[in-house]
Amino acid sequence: MQPASQTAPAADAQRSRMSVSKSEVAIEIAGMHKWYADFHVLRDINLKVMKGERIVIAGPSGSGKSTLIRCINRLEEHQKGTIVVDGIELTSDIKRIDEVRREVGMVFQHFNLFPHLTILQNLTLAPIWVRGIPKAEAEETAMKYLTRVKIPEQAAKFPGQLSGGQQQRVAIARSLCMNPKIMLFDEPTSALDPEMIKEVLEVMVDLAEDGMTMICVTHEMGFARQVANRVIFMDQGQIIEQNEPEAFFSNPQHERTKLFLSQILH
Amino acid sequence: MTDTTVFVRSQMEPAALPPKRSTGLVAWLRTNLFATPGDTAMTIIAMLFVAWLVPPLWQFLVTDAVWSDPEGLRGEACRFEGVGACWVFIQGRFNFFIYGFYPVDQIWRVNVMFLLGIIFILPLLVPRAPFKRTAAVMFFLVYPVVAYFLMAGGVFGLRPVPTNFWGGLTLTLIISLIGIIASTPIGILLALGRQSKLPIIKAFCVGFIELWRAVPLITVLFMASVMFPLFMPQGVSVDNLARAIVGIILFESAYMAEVVRGGLQAMPRGQYEAAYALGLNKPKTMGLIILPQALKHVIPGIVNTFIALFKDTSLVSIIGIFELLNTVRAAGSDINWSSPTHAVTGYIFAGFVFWVFCFAMSRYSIYMERRLHTGHKR
Repeated sequence: MQPASQTAPAADAQRSRMSVSKSEVAIEIAGMHKWYADFHVLRDINLKVMKGERIVIAGPSGSGKSTLIRCINRLEEHQKGTIVVDGIELTSDIKRIDEVRREVGMVFQHFNLFPHLTILQNLTLAPIWVRGIPKAEAEETAMKYLTRVKIPEQAAKFPGQLSGGQQQRVAIARSLCMNPKIMLFDEPTSALDPEMIKEVLEVMVDLAEDGMTMICVTHEMGFARQVANRVIFMDQGQIIEQNEPEAFFSNPQHERTKLFLSQILH
Repeated sequence: MTDTTVFVRSQMEPAALPPKRSTGLVAWLRTNLFATPGDTAMTIIAMLFVAWLVPPLWQFLVTDAVWSDPEGLRGEACRFEGVGACWVFIQGRFNFFIYGFYPVDQIWRVNVMFLLGIIFILPLLVPRAPFKRTAAVMFFLVYPVVAYFLMAGGVFGLRPVPTNFWGGLTLTLIISLIGIIASTPIGILLALGRQSKLPIIKAFCVGFIELWRAVPLITVLFMASVMFPLFMPQGVSVDNLARAIVGIILFESAYMAEVVRGGLQAMPRGQYEAAYALGLNKPKTMGLIILPQALKHVIPGIVNTFIALFKDTSLVSIIGIFELLNTVRAAGSDINWSSPTHAVTGYIFAGFVFWVFCFAMSRYSIYMERRLHTGHKR
């Protein structure tokens, strides 16, 4: 069911097709800390993501992985350290935050489609109102991405009429319509029935092959093996270990990583 | 299935019609009226109640009622023992109930205003009607001005008619329509302000809402009518009707704010986050994503407030404004019409008119709810 069954050389070959920039930095996080009131959720996060890189973040629940990627588009505020996204440092300056958000797409665990709008309106809303693109052009782009996620025939329906997998694919297409430079995925398949996980992962693999810079919080280790350049393991608000997927899975170093992997890989 | 644990279905079971007993009239009666002994008892009690209530009501309203008067509409027609409803009284004073003291030869102006109002509002109420934007501009911006000058006169050779001549159902509709149209946006702003992170705005909105909600409307109207002029400098006067309307708007907008706040609180955080993540700023997120959904959720509450406002307009009679109920009351104390039942008939008529409008609002809101339902939760 998972695209994990590929042999290692095949996965390597596929990965090599996806180019990673050697010089262009997409995201740089340095010495970043975050607290929820007194609770220290993120501790000394240092992470540099190159353009075209695909990163999977894994870890037990409550380890801060969702909070980390939500800091990247400032859905969460950090209290210490710096986050620079696409050359823009995130501060409390709303203008900069909006600038970053325009360039960073996000896909949520619970899809968060706008239920009062049709699928097509969900896709065209931000291009029209944020980018100022004419409606006809926005609709054309929207149909292009709906075709890419293989549900152009659902354009006139409302989100409530679609299955979970279809909704999540719409959510991905909605982000893509803004033509983002970076995509964040926050457990995109965790709320889906097993039969629907595959259709969403296929879309994400397709996106990765296209060279999109991606950070993905997920428990789909098959996906990590297939497309990630790097796997990051977090626990208790810290980055515990990061490595290339093969090495990460076959030869974990930290005790906590070993324990985690032994629990989830059977 | 057999008693073995292995089972593989070899033939699919086709879909079939339900058994006869579960459909049809008898089944309906059984499930809805006589399902249990308790239900049966309730059904019988309800039927007895109807049997007790309806015949005398029918007798009073229809068979014993005075429907017409061959010798012209006079009070004498209803002056006899055992008379039912005095419908002649309604016919005789109908113009007064609808137009109040508005000069009889100028009533065409009120009718033109009504007609224009219907023409302008229909495209807004019918979802499939075209030119929504034009219609909205016409109804919300152009129509109030036109309607005001039609009613008040003083331009284009129209004779001036001061507001104390306005009255009847006309005035009830004017007050409630202005109240509804003005209090809704103010209420929405107050609800948004109450959620604001800026302490001054928040404190102002909370203070405003709590103040106006805690005061009875009658007090507000008395203040507007009696106290307010005392605070005004010499020579400055604001129309009594205008003061009453402003009082009603502020009062109802506080209620509206709380209804809208209920809708805002029901919105999941994910909707805000999805909008922000797409780069929408706060005003756009509110206007395009949050408010359309929040308002849709609270349509029943909003219409409830509209209906309450519509009925609350009858309270302005206390400060000497002759809206529908007050004209009915005034006509009821007219000696020329005095009879055993004319006053009661007047109140029945007023109650019926109020009911017609409120019921129409209620049905329309149910229709809108169904239409806006997009089959979702989340």
